[in-house]
Amino acid sequence: MLLAFVLRRLGGAGVVFLLVSLLAFLLIWLVPGDAVAVLLDAAASPEETARLRAALGLDRAPLEQMLAWYGGLARGELGHSLLLNRSVAEALLERLPVTLSLAALALATAVVLGTSAGIGAALAHGSWFDQALMGAALFGLSVPDFWLGLMFIIVFALGLGWFPTGGFVPFSESPVGWARSLALPGLALGLTQMGFIARMARSAMLDVLDQDFVRTAEAKGLSRRRIILVHALPNALVPIVTVIGIVSGALLGGSVVIEQVFSIPGVGRLIVGAILARDFPVIQGGLIFLAGVYLLVNLIVDLLYAVIDPRVRLA
Amino acid sequence: MEPRDLGSPAPWRRLLASRSFAIGGVLLVAIALAAVFAPVLAPYDPLRGNFRLRLSPPGPLHWLGTDHFGRDILSRLLFGARLSLAIGAATTVASGLLGALIGAPAGYFRRLDEPLMRLMDALMAFPAILLAMAIAATLGASVGNVIIALAIATTPHTARVVRASVLVVRELEFVEAARSIGATETRILLRHVLLNCLGPLIVRLTYVFAIAVLAEAALSYIGVGPPPPAPSFGNIIAGGRDFLVTAPWITIAPGSAIIAIVLALNLLGDGLRDVLDPRLRI
Repeated sequence: MLLAFVLRRLGGAGVVFLLVSLLAFLLIWLVPGDAVAVLLDAAASPEETARLRAALGLDRAPLEQMLAWYGGLARGELGHSLLLNRSVAEALLERLPVTLSLAALALATAVVLGTSAGIGAALAHGSWFDQALMGAALFGLSVPDFWLGLMFIIVFALGLGWFPTGGFVPFSESPVGWARSLALPGLALGLTQMGFIARMARSAMLDVLDQDFVRTAEAKGLSRRRIILVHALPNALVPIVTVIGIVSGALLGGSVVIEQVFSIPGVGRLIVGAILARDFPVIQGGLIFLAGVYLLVNLIVDLLYAVIDPRVRLA
Repeated sequence: MEPRDLGSPAPWRRLLASRSFAIGGVLLVAIALAAVFAPVLAPYDPLRGNFRLRLSPPGPLHWLGTDHFGRDILSRLLFGARLSLAIGAATTVASGLLGALIGAPAGYFRRLDEPLMRLMDALMAFPAILLAMAIAATLGASVGNVIIALAIATTPHTARVVRASVLVVRELEFVEAARSIGATETRILLRHVLLNCLGPLIVRLTYVFAIAVLAEAALSYIGVGPPPPAPSFGNIIAGGRDFLVTAPWITIAPGSAIIAIVLALNLLGDGLRDVLDPRLRI
């Protein structure tokens, strides 16, 4: 049963990934008029124009372009950057650890703080504490992450001097420097996602506290502490696993902008640079790459969920 | 035959009793009025600077200070709010129409469900903000293209919300009743099913508005939003980037304005959700 579920999910993700790469391929067709003319200035010689057209593969028939695109993808190639003069896949992979550590730090912040706040609010349901926490969660949802990053720079970097204003130190060079360089962007990103998780966690916990088995435990005369820790909490945490999948998309997107704010040389900064310079192979490769990461995370989350909650496999 | 119309007094009364809805509504109306009357309310021309007054801190002449060109921040904020709300509203309408156009047939006609929703899944796999940036930059920086980009990025989730409600509503008895008196499938979908899915759609669209305001700010901060010199929240923040120490007010003010708008919309959405979409309880 589990195997069938795994295969079904794998197939679904595969189909979606093929569509994802098709959509990324189609991006260049959105360029109004001639893509090559947009990229080059009017003074470009016909040879230059022809060379760029060939580099983008636009000199071939659309169907041929698409086959070449999927062929490259099957070999793990995402094309060649127009500006960096190197392979897109290499450039992305090289920067992946930076973005992943930033996203992981943000995810940890959001999950730990969000879950605690949500559970705490649910346990104090209806009290001023609940209202204050939920008010804070709603406020957090309304703050632009990149702007919060700038506020952190003003207070904690420029004002107090506790953290650098930007830049990135590799872990291998100095673990402390690495943590310091990621602390502010990670926190800015995590805190803005925390509100979402807090609201989900509160709702999940309230649902569980409403269940018959909790009432049974109360009727048995178990202590409130035991009911919450042993009976309610584990069941409330199950739906929160799915939230990780949802939030990972927002975190990958958020890191694109926050990397710009903190001058962190990650995947996001690479892609934003490419977007501003119209380096299409990098934009397309970056889109596929991040969508792939997102699909992979969600696949893992789905499988994890099916293992934890067997009812899911039947759905 | 309107089985449950939104105009009946009961939901409205409940809505007005909701504190979230009241606070969010009042806040949003106040900001919208300020934005609409920006040309009257703005004390200065948002585009014209006074170089002698560059980087002046907030004071009696310039309530929120001036930027590095000596332009009045308050005036720029008022016009920025105009742009932000216009883009947000247009995105909301587009996302609602596209979402209904894709989500309703997907939920109602079994054969369309799989292809349409797979396509939506694929669009949703891209980080929304990145997708919007890529589309806006590819199409070229303009207000219209930002709206198109944000509409494409927000539509998949909206379509999913519509589809989910249609799946429930199409099984209800009044649909069968309509079919039994000979209504065509298209008519049933449009007149009876879709009308009863409006609640969750309206709730979703309130959040789309909030997302669009946040995303527009990020887009114009990066430099793929509406083209300067027209003030937008994002490009005012980007302009203050080099003056975080000497003139932090340039950065602080637009961020606070974004928070006010998005908070108002989120409060409004929460209030609407409690009344219109009782299944969700977050």
